Amino acid sequence: MIRAEKVTKRFGKLIALDKISVECEQGQSISLIGPNGSGKTTFIKSILGMVVPDSGTILFDNKDIRNNWNYRRTIGYMPQIGQYPQNMTIAQLFRMMKDIRKSEHISYDEELLELFEIPEIMGKRMRTLSGGTRQKVSASLAFLFNPDVLILDEPTAGLDPLATEILKEKIRKEKTKGKLILITSHILSDLDDIVSEVIYMQDGMIQFNKSLKQLKADTGEENLAKAIANVMRNS
Amino acid sequence: MNKMVKYVMIDILRNKMVLGYTLLLLIVSLSVFSLDDNPSRGTISLLNLILIIVPMVSLLFSTIYVYNSTEFIELLVTQPIKRSNIWTSILAGLMSSLCIAFFVGVGLPVLFFGNSQTGIALIVAGLILTCIFVSLAMLASVSTRDKAKGIGLAILLWFYFTIIYDGIVLFTLFQFSDFPMERPMILFTALNPIDLARIMILLKLDISALMGYTGAVLKDFFGTTWGFGVTLSAMLIWAFVPAWISLRRFKSKDL
Amino acid sequence: MKFRILVPLIFGFSTLAFARSWSVKPEVGKTVLQSAFDKAANGDTIFISPGTFYETDLKISKKLVVIGVQFPVIDGKQKGELLTITGAGTLIAGLIFQNSGYSGYLDIAAIRILNTRNVRIKNCRLKRNFFAIYCQRSSLCTISGNIIESDASGEVLSANGIHCWKSDSLKIINNKISGHRDGIYFEFVAASLVQGNVSSKNIRYGLHFMFSHNDTYLNNTFRNNEAGVAVMYSKEVKMFNNHFIDNWGSSSYGLLLKDISDSHIQGNKFSKNTIGVYLEGSNRIIMERNEFSSNGWAIKIQASCYDNTITGNNFLDNSFEVATNGDLVMNKISKNYWSHYTGYDLNRNGIGDIPHRPVSMYSRIVENNPTALMLFRSVMVDLLDQAEKVIPGFTPENLKDDAPIMKPLKL
Repeated sequence: MIRAEKVTKRFGKLIALDKISVECEQGQSISLIGPNGSGKTTFIKSILGMVVPDSGTILFDNKDIRNNWNYRRTIGYMPQIGQYPQNMTIAQLFRMMKDIRKSEHISYDEELLELFEIPEIMGKRMRTLSGGTRQKVSASLAFLFNPDVLILDEPTAGLDPLATEILKEKIRKEKTKGKLILITSHILSDLDDIVSEVIYMQDGMIQFNKSLKQLKADTGEENLAKAIANVMRNS
Repeated sequence: MNKMVKYVMIDILRNKMVLGYTLLLLIVSLSVFSLDDNPSRGTISLLNLILIIVPMVSLLFSTIYVYNSTEFIELLVTQPIKRSNIWTSILAGLMSSLCIAFFVGVGLPVLFFGNSQTGIALIVAGLILTCIFVSLAMLASVSTRDKAKGIGLAILLWFYFTIIYDGIVLFTLFQFSDFPMERPMILFTALNPIDLARIMILLKLDISALMGYTGAVLKDFFGTTWGFGVTLSAMLIWAFVPAWISLRRFKSKDL
Repeated sequence: MKFRILVPLIFGFSTLAFARSWSVKPEVGKTVLQSAFDKAANGDTIFISPGTFYETDLKISKKLVVIGVQFPVIDGKQKGELLTITGAGTLIAGLIFQNSGYSGYLDIAAIRILNTRNVRIKNCRLKRNFFAIYCQRSSLCTISGNIIESDASGEVLSANGIHCWKSDSLKIINNKISGHRDGIYFEFVAASLVQGNVSSKNIRYGLHFMFSHNDTYLNNTFRNNEAGVAVMYSKEVKMFNNHFIDNWGSSSYGLLLKDISDSHIQGNKFSKNTIGVYLEGSNRIIMERNEFSSNGWAIKIQASCYDNTITGNNFLDNSFEVATNGDLVMNKISKNYWSHYTGYDLNRNGIGDIPHRPVSMYSRIVENNPTALMLFRSVMVDLLDQAEKVIPGFTPENLKDDAPIMKPLKL
């Protein structure tokens, strides 16, 4: 569904992405793991078209995403740190997002919105929200348009345990619908029961790309965190 | 597209700066016209307002607005919306709201008190200058990620077009005073939108007569309807080109 | 009909008691006018009936009163002169003279007053002539109430409306002149009066004055002439209450003074001229109670001018008030109202407490480098002028009004 071919991106001297080639298929739920500054977020942003690669191509449904914007209809994105127009209320934000994408005639998925009890704070302005609440808004927005692909950048960071559980439950539910889910997270224990594939990145390169089963078998460890730690120790 | 312009405009018009700008222009133009019984003198007083305040506010406000909208832009970029749509919407939103502010603040008093050819030239020049400097602001803010640098660049641009450029021109005229400088002067004028606006207004005021004194070239060029048309087109180019470059840059910008 | 009887009576008593009156009608193929002029005796009156007379080179060499009834036309078909008057005391009234000849080297005139005196041209209309009225070596003549029009388009094939040469004691009154080269031209004309004329749309000067002393002109209007009014090489000229309006153009003046001395310019209005008054080599001129409004330059005074007095004038909304090319200017400027004045009057005596310098820094720059005019009213130029006001360095030290008036004078 998403295919990256030799994607390279530099920021000045820093090589953020170094000839990344990856293939992601529908129904997979992929965990993108790696130390800070390994290029995870840059890769995700490249898929979303926020960062334009220096070379290489990214294909979405076999179509080059360069100068294409329509494919983003099928992506729900939850950023690492959700930034929103400061003076807007939550209600205005949701109304605006729906209004902008009105022409697509899709059914809204407001389940997460309800579970996070956001309707009760609809009148609050974005600048008054706490980090956690903002994450809840980001998550709700990512799921709102019922997308086929979910890209979640550090989804549980800043969320309280209860909210984390709600979100994980939601992700699981969407996974069963056969959606492609791409998650980056450094809290590995969060991902154990969601993830089917693991991509490990370091210094802008992909160290490995395996199924979770395979990884566990290779390392002989039982959970993801230990398996990764094992890999890092040996590399 | 239209929806986006709508949201940008709602956001800008809610901004107290724009309201303050409109009121400032309104107070100045009303006091100019009510204190002076001679409307052409009032027009000259407004000339300075248009040549100094309008570019400055258009530049600074737009630059700051674009930087403050970084989050908004990032949010929109992840949505199924063309990048060029986002940028042109912000551009159109800024241009139209600042033009509305100018028209209410200066245009209406001018039409009411000193409705004349000069008044029309004044309004047209002010509106195009607004667009030009919004356009330059978009270019300044797409050029650097750093807000402080961007605003600094905007101030520098304003300073350059308002004062420094004319200083350089005057210096050049004196350096080459042994040569006929009328033709180069046309080029010099075209390279500064504020000069173009000034000439456009002055053509309807006093310079058309003084210009003969400088020799036939300038008079024949600017003194005709054709010259007025050329001036107007040069200004429109100034409004279009920076915006176009900024759009091209924004399309390939990393967010 | 009353007119016919009355006029000979009046002139009859004043000149010769037995003067007769004649009547002339146009006849095809015959030069009836010249025959009438020849037949008439000194002091006779000739009434010319309505119609068109195609006659040229008419001559009046005796004293005649020639009166046109309902404006008969004398048409020269663009060949030669129409009428030459050498008879002293002749009166010409109510005629239309049109289509005189043109020449590149001869001064062809519709009406020529030659070597005589006391000739009067009244209420005539002169259309499309080369020179309209040419007064040569004559004195005590009156030219009044005439409408003089032409459609000259270039200096080469055009000549002056009222041209006076080596004459004196003339009266040029209430004429309307347009479309000639110079509206009124004086060369070596002394002790004459030019009053109430309107000279407009001429392709050179509205009034042109050369080597003519002791003349006065009052209440004239000079409007929209290509180069305004020029007074040159003359002395003791009085210019009162004239209007100089709309003389716009690359080398246009309201009033150009070149080598003029001991003259008086008072109560005139200079409005919307490229240069209101231009003085060159002019001395001992008094300019007072004039109004300068909306001119490009109100006054340009060259360094060759001395001992002129500019006092009690209003300077209103001129782009530049005074310009000069020199540094030291020996002229007296005081008690004028300047709309550019930014000083204050703390003791409230109506006179500004700090002197006004009507020559701005920028006007100096423009004098040296006319192309710099394109920076007119730019922020940079305003800053320069302000800086110069605070620390004068480039503008002439002596050229200032020490007692500028705070409010415009009522003129």
